[in-house]
Amino acid sequence: MQAGQNSLEKVVCETEVEIKNADGLHMRPAMQFVDVANQFDCDVTVSNSETSVDGKSIMQMSMLAATCGTKLKIKAEGADAQKAVDALQELVEEKHFDEPTPRDQKKR
Amino acid sequence: MEIKKGIAVSPGISIARSLVIDAEDYRIPRRKIMPAQQMAEVQRIRDAFKDAIQELTQLEVAQDETEGGKIKDIFAVHLRFLHDRSLRKRITELVHSDLVTAEYAVSATLREIASHFAKEKDAYMRERAADIYDMERRLLKHLLGMKREDVEHLTEEVAVIARELSPTQTAGFNKKFVKGIASDAGGRTSHAAIVARSLGIPAVVALEDLTESVSGGDTVIIDGNRGLVIVNPDDETIRQYEDYSHEFVELEHKLDAIREKPAVTRDGVKVALLGNIEFPEEAEMVLQKGGEGIGLYRTEFLYLSRPSSEPTEQDHYQAYAETVGVFKHRPVIIRTMDLGADKYTQSKRFAPEPNPFLGLRSIRFCLRNLLMFKAQLHAILRASVLGEVKIMFPLITNIQELMQAKMIVRDVMEDLDEKSITYNRNIQVGIMIETPSAALMASTLARDVDFFSIGTNDLTQYTLAVDRGNELVSTLYSSADPAVLRLIRTVIQDAHKAQIDVHVCGEMASEPEYIMLLLGMGIRTISLTPPMIPEIKQIVRSVTMEDCNNLARKILGMNSERQISGYLRDATRKILPEAF
Repeated sequence: MQAGQNSLEKVVCETEVEIKNADGLHMRPAMQFVDVANQFDCDVTVSNSETSVDGKSIMQMSMLAATCGTKLKIKAEGADAQKAVDALQELVEEKHFDEPTPRDQKKR
Repeated sequence: MEIKKGIAVSPGISIARSLVIDAEDYRIPRRKIMPAQQMAEVQRIRDAFKDAIQELTQLEVAQDETEGGKIKDIFAVHLRFLHDRSLRKRITELVHSDLVTAEYAVSATLREIASHFAKEKDAYMRERAADIYDMERRLLKHLLGMKREDVEHLTEEVAVIARELSPTQTAGFNKKFVKGIASDAGGRTSHAAIVARSLGIPAVVALEDLTESVSGGDTVIIDGNRGLVIVNPDDETIRQYEDYSHEFVELEHKLDAIREKPAVTRDGVKVALLGNIEFPEEAEMVLQKGGEGIGLYRTEFLYLSRPSSEPTEQDHYQAYAETVGVFKHRPVIIRTMDLGADKYTQSKRFAPEPNPFLGLRSIRFCLRNLLMFKAQLHAILRASVLGEVKIMFPLITNIQELMQAKMIVRDVMEDLDEKSITYNRNIQVGIMIETPSAALMASTLARDVDFFSIGTNDLTQYTLAVDRGNELVSTLYSSADPAVLRLIRTVIQDAHKAQIDVHVCGEMASEPEYIMLLLGMGIRTISLTPPMIPEIKQIVRSVTMEDCNNLARKILGMNSERQISGYLRDATRKILPEAF
């Protein structure tokens, strides 16, 4: 809807990410995720093997209850879809929500 | 139409629309609304979200970055949920689709989400359910808070239906519009009962699951004589009750007619009937009903009716001056604050006491909060020049407490002397006898006080070790228990030996079946809930001291509660058949 102003530029981007932090997509990571998603105008949908949810809703995102190692599909639709997907992928896979991965925990 | 049976605790009949007050710490029952009410309920949900967001924002700002900002993060997460449109949509859609109250929609939706988390295999995820419950409680608190404000700003007559009523809630009632009270929990001496009797409105308690059967706005009949509540009565039942209600009012008027007559037994023994009050406005009612003074002025309302700030000395003074002004030179016994075992004080504590009725309550609480205690005594002493004011300390359990409390009175007197403020230097000081220890030590305590007042509610509760508000054991609670009666007899005898006054001010004093017994045991001053004064006076005027003495002798020889209460009921039925 946010991209409705210019429907010619309706871009769809998709990617798959894996949850890397040890505690999984609990409340605080879910908050970080929706905060990033909400910076963009495009719609963000996140799916696991069973269901698809709104990537901008903390309730729906947290209810995915994705644990470490879960693979999620992120789909963005709208003018800035590519940027959104890139930012979200970075948050999940590179920054892993600023939390330790299982390997980090073992090191300690 | 549904008929529910409970315990009648305050007489009268009311037919009114219901206002249901839920409690955030109990499961919210599924309660239906009218289709026309949908938008109003949705607006309440919006307002509750708005208030909760505001509250959380303040909490978040107040948190510093300790513990790596973890607490701040929790509040931030909760705030995201409250801003989440899909959550709000799910709740409002439930209101529209199922026609349920805002409270139920919030509770049901969030509990469903919580149970989703609780099912997760991962332990860390499962624990997120606690976050959801916390949000539920916060939203309910705001929703129910609005309801409580509704009770304060009523514009039409209602019957209040609740799981249980706390003093804080009842203190805020708009007395003009609350026509009856019914609650799931409680017993004869629960707070709702005391308040209903003092307001002269019918009440029925211990209805167990009434709040699940009533929706806000339903018509309910509260029959405070027979202990019945009728939900959505049919026309025929309403008509019958209207007739019955008229008859009852006529009986009341008949009793009011004896107002001007003295409370004297048939053989000429004078009995003083005083009133128990909570609010200054009730003083007038005591006079109207023929009371000769105030035997128990509960002062907690000064605290409970304004939970946000402590009353000032001037607030105390004004309340006392108003009441004393009504009675001029008749006695007004002001009981110092009996705070501590109530929800209000407990919720303000850092950690609630595990067993508040055996904890820091009443005089113990006052002796630990000297500034508050002194402010009250200062006001009582200032008011003492306006009439015949007496001071009474509650829940004394030993002589040291009494000595300490009296010493503080002297301190405050010196204070007043320094400021050249006049007060009655010879003000009478008495204590309530409401613990077994005080009753057993009555002969010692009597040397240092001007009067005793037997508080039969607490004395019964502490003697029999029964929580009077717990419906599982409330049948064990009876002032007719021989153990309680023996303690009362001891207190009366010790008071007589020391030649000091002894009154009874508990519930026992307003129950017709105990009056002959109390007179026979030597009581000549009774303080009771104002609406019952005419009925009790009628009993006093119908008996002879000889009858009372004989009855007391018989009763004190009996060993079982059942035998005693049966005997008392029969004896009273002969004098005042209408009472049963």
